[in-house]
Amino acid sequence: MTRDEAFHQFLLRMGDNTLILGHRVSEWCGLAPVLEEDIALANTALDLIGQTQMWLGLAGEIDGGKSADDLAFLRDAWDFRNVLLVEVPNGDFGRTLMRQFLFDAWHSIMLGRLIKSSDNRVAAIAAKASKEVAYHLERSGDTVVGLGDGTEESHARMQEALDYLWPYVGEMFASDDVDAEMVKAGIAPNPADLRAEYDALVGRVLTEATLTIPESRFAHKGGRDGRMHTEHLGHLLTQMQWLQRAYPGATW
Amino acid sequence: MRVSTDQVWEWLDAVPDPEIPVISVVDLGIVRDVRWDKDTLKVTVTPTYSGCPATSVISMDIETALRDHGIDNLRIETSIAPAWTTDWLSPKGRARLEAYGIAPPHPAGGPERCPRCGSKAVEKVSQFGSTPCKAHWRCTDCLEPFDYFKCI
Repeated sequence: MTRDEAFHQFLLRMGDNTLILGHRVSEWCGLAPVLEEDIALANTALDLIGQTQMWLGLAGEIDGGKSADDLAFLRDAWDFRNVLLVEVPNGDFGRTLMRQFLFDAWHSIMLGRLIKSSDNRVAAIAAKASKEVAYHLERSGDTVVGLGDGTEESHARMQEALDYLWPYVGEMFASDDVDAEMVKAGIAPNPADLRAEYDALVGRVLTEATLTIPESRFAHKGGRDGRMHTEHLGHLLTQMQWLQRAYPGATW
Repeated sequence: MRVSTDQVWEWLDAVPDPEIPVISVVDLGIVRDVRWDKDTLKVTVTPTYSGCPATSVISMDIETALRDHGIDNLRIETSIAPAWTTDWLSPKGRARLEAYGIAPPHPAGGPERCPRCGSKAVEKVSQFGSTPCKAHWRCTDCLEPFDYFKCI
């Protein structure tokens, strides 16, 4: 694998994470339990889609001048490089916020390292995105605490959400040849090296939320290397890509 | 026609932000540079939030305004580094925000006072508001809800 190929894969991983999670979160628009939460979720989705334009824009640039739109709308499931965590269905409001928190915690640590990337473009995107993500993390963390340490019903649902989502956490810290190449070039950290910081941060918030982290370290994998996505990604893409597939090149 | 960049800044200070029309794009701190490159005027703009839908409208408004002033050779460039910060809001912009009913950003992490009655008894309703750059707060004295321009 050349450095350019690895860099391209790395950018797809960053951009596909924000794209797929942004789309998932946007599914709440008009459906959240209260107006303030609806607005908060829509704004979070908007930030994530904005970050996608930067990551996929750069990925397309080094891949023969494709646009971020080309990459978002004209690839099929096996070409996506997002972790499985972000493509699982929303479930109830609690599960959506738990997924957001588990992702935000990783995202904020990752972006913090990328600000020091040897590639100026990566560092600039990370600096921009990390301001937004600090805010996402504050909100999702507060909500996880509020619901976890809330009523009997909300506590039970948050524990259920954590039990369901925890096996998807490990993939964010998997390392392969792409990561090794990025570490060598000084572009990105080895994801495995972020785990201790993540465990400390997530452990602190989940303890405050009176929730119990499952003991098993089993991890579903196959998203970030594209080997095996869940069936949910295909369903998501049929909705997200429908217009460009039915009316190629349509604009308004 | 090659006018001075000071003149261009003055013109841009009359271009309102599309979401918060009481402040200009210059007040908002998103116009980062104005310079002549031979016969082409280059204006560098930075987005507030990466997904803010107003960004493309702002570029279009800037272009329209400058063309109306007779500048035909014009290029608008977007730059994301250094990342926009609310520190770049002008003092005039901050005062206008408050007069309009939006509490200006405050480093302590919340509004300094209610923009309507001036009371310091305020509480957060939601971390997000009507646009990506704002949060939703409430005054516990006059009981009015208000927007707070988030400090980033």
